Amino acid sequence: MTTMADRTDATTTVPTEKLTLARALTLGMRTALRHDPSVLLMGEDIGRLGGVFRVTDGLQAEFGPDRVVDTPLAESGIVGTAIGLAMRGYRPVCEIQFDGFVFPAFDQITTMLAKLHARSLGRITVPVVIRIPYGGGIGAVEHHSESPEVLFAHTAGLRVVSPATPADAYTMIQEAIASPDPVIFLEPKGRYWDKAEVALTPYGTPGAGLDKARVVRPGADLTVVAYGPTVHTALRAAEVAAEEGTSLEVIDLRTISPLDHDTVVESVRGTGRCVVVHEAAVSHGVGAEVAARVTEECFFELEAPVLRVGGYHTPYPPSRLEHHYLPSVDRLLDAVDRAMAV
Amino acid sequence: MTQPDVLDTVQLLTPEGTRVADHRYDPRVAHLDPAALRELYADMVLTRRFDTEATALQRQGELGLFTPSLGQEGAQVGSAHALAPQDYVFPAYREHGVLHVRGLDLTDVLKQFRGVDHGGWDPAEHRVHLFTLVVGAHPLHAVGYAMGVQRDGDVATGDPNRDTAVIAYFGDGATSQGDVSEALTFAAVNQAPVVFFVQNNQWAISVPTSGQTRVPLVQRGVGFGIPSVQVDGNDPLACYAVTAEALDRARNGGGPTFIEAVTYRMGAHTTSDDPLRYRDAAEVAAWRAKDPIDRLRRYLADAGELPQQFLDDLDARAEELAVHVRDTVHAMTPPPAESMFDHVYATPHSLVDAERAWFRDYESALEDGSVR
Ligand SMILES: Cc1ncc(C[n+]2csc(CCOP(=O)(O)OP(=O)(O)O)c2C)c(N)n1
Repeated sequence: MTTMADRTDATTTVPTEKLTLARALTLGMRTALRHDPSVLLMGEDIGRLGGVFRVTDGLQAEFGPDRVVDTPLAESGIVGTAIGLAMRGYRPVCEIQFDGFVFPAFDQITTMLAKLHARSLGRITVPVVIRIPYGGGIGAVEHHSESPEVLFAHTAGLRVVSPATPADAYTMIQEAIASPDPVIFLEPKGRYWDKAEVALTPYGTPGAGLDKARVVRPGADLTVVAYGPTVHTALRAAEVAAEEGTSLEVIDLRTISPLDHDTVVESVRGTGRCVVVHEAAVSHGVGAEVAARVTEECFFELEAPVLRVGGYHTPYPPSRLEHHYLPSVDRLLDAVDRAMAV
Repeated sequence: MTQPDVLDTVQLLTPEGTRVADHRYDPRVAHLDPAALRELYADMVLTRRFDTEATALQRQGELGLFTPSLGQEGAQVGSAHALAPQDYVFPAYREHGVLHVRGLDLTDVLKQFRGVDHGGWDPAEHRVHLFTLVVGAHPLHAVGYAMGVQRDGDVATGDPNRDTAVIAYFGDGATSQGDVSEALTFAAVNQAPVVFFVQNNQWAISVPTSGQTRVPLVQRGVGFGIPSVQVDGNDPLACYAVTAEALDRARNGGGPTFIEAVTYRMGAHTTSDDPLRYRDAAEVAAWRAKDPIDRLRRYLADAGELPQQFLDDLDARAEELAVHVRDTVHAMTPPPAESMFDHVYATPHSLVDAERAWFRDYESALEDGSVR
């Protein structure tokens, strides 16, 4: 199995371009399609339409309908056939149209895709990527704003990652495609239109890796752990807190399975306080996992209990109420205040 | 097992509004006098007016999204007119014409699209289930409901006020979902009193029906051993006739029927969609010539059964509906934020209760300024 590193080209100057997160994904996939003939994209409305978020815009025109496939309307079919294609040597990248529509494929993902490598004693690899636009804040109807990450993170055999920036989107999608493991690739749809400068590195350039968190803002008083859409929230909160004299360190987890506990623990050893923020429900969530590990490993450094900010144990509410459900800058700062007050 | 029968596409009215004879289905419409046909016509016109108004409200930012039924009024209104009050309807998400015929206030549909709730109406009141946005999930519910009807003995009693049928509406795209095949399987092996009404509107967002099937969809039903019929979905009379036959079969204990109504989605998939990216204007124009409303109007007009007074009254009703839709939507306010904790469970749940209490404290602290 070739890895990204094996295929590194000698680079001279790397061009950069100001891209939205959505466009960075497009270019990341385009690079993979250009350099690896085994890569193919499959999903509903991804061809002619370019996907409902236009993330695959122009790719069918460039690579044809055999490599950028408009599938029948059947998520179980998409993932199930992707598994077969992967067994035959392809690297399928499946697009699920919205978070709430991945569940017809849940059986294929959790009982088959996640387990085939182990069941075959490592003889079969299934390098399937499942791209899912997730999260809320876009004023959508039911099933279009959900955060199902823990359902996948709880399943051994799946990698679960989420880029928060255009630069990560560009490299992480390529790393996900190159990974021999199945990857649930969660795209924060509310941030699709965020723009930033992206280095358009050639295919195979080693990135930060699919298993590493990143400190995106250093700070001294409290660690905020975020990922996907809440990284932006955490950074805004850190600015407000800074004006008030509290220095927040912000960690972008980038990956939910595996969770990069080392980066989190190292940070909390320094700050002594930790708040985790995600859009998914707090109960039984990623925050609980982080809190448990931080408590185990930083027990003597902790100045306050680890607090969690996120969604409630309710269905995602109608869009006119979603701002009450989603973790806002204020709700995050409220938790920061409570942790700092201890 | 009944011999699955596939007939030629059933059509009783040509696009020009000419009545064509059909000895199998003529008796099904024989009792529809001009007054009944005018009601059919009026319901299509009102459905379209609702559609126009809701689309405009979305454009004005009053709705987050809307799913137009434009062009599909014949299939929806025609089939719904065949339903008995005790029948139960499982719609997908653009069956506004069906809901209107069942007596729902169509503004209830818009609550979901305005983002003030996820449901919008009491399903028991008009025996119409809520919309289902997960494509293909609800036909199984319709079959299960029909299995319940069977167990209650509400089929084949001979009492027209008791015998009950269930109808599930879904699209060509939905037929690809595994759940829909499972629904057909369960309906067939149980001989459940259910009608599958597929509106093949030629498109599932940007994917044409040829992207879902190599054979006419009507043959799907046949493969499951279900009597199946293809109907001109822009012919409200034919849609009425085939649905009436199918509902009767179900009520009489004859089991399920699969109907493919061949129609066309004249508008965008939703107000977020841009059909110009994937289909050309010529195709749309060709279907415009087969408009369901135009054809019934021509038929009635040619028969001298469309008096000016009726048309004037209908205009007034349509205008009244439009005003009602606008006023009601403008007045729709979000429920209290705390309502998101309501009805999560039917019995108390300590986590929900605790989170509700936390939320209440937090919100009131926000108000009195003791938190940010
Ligand atoms: C399980 C699922 N997958 C994808 C979607 C996104 N989606 C909404 S409607 C639609 C097309 C449905 O086409 P069809 O069944 O033909 O019905 P139509 O919208 O044309 O009435 C798609 C793909 C969804 N709502 N549910």
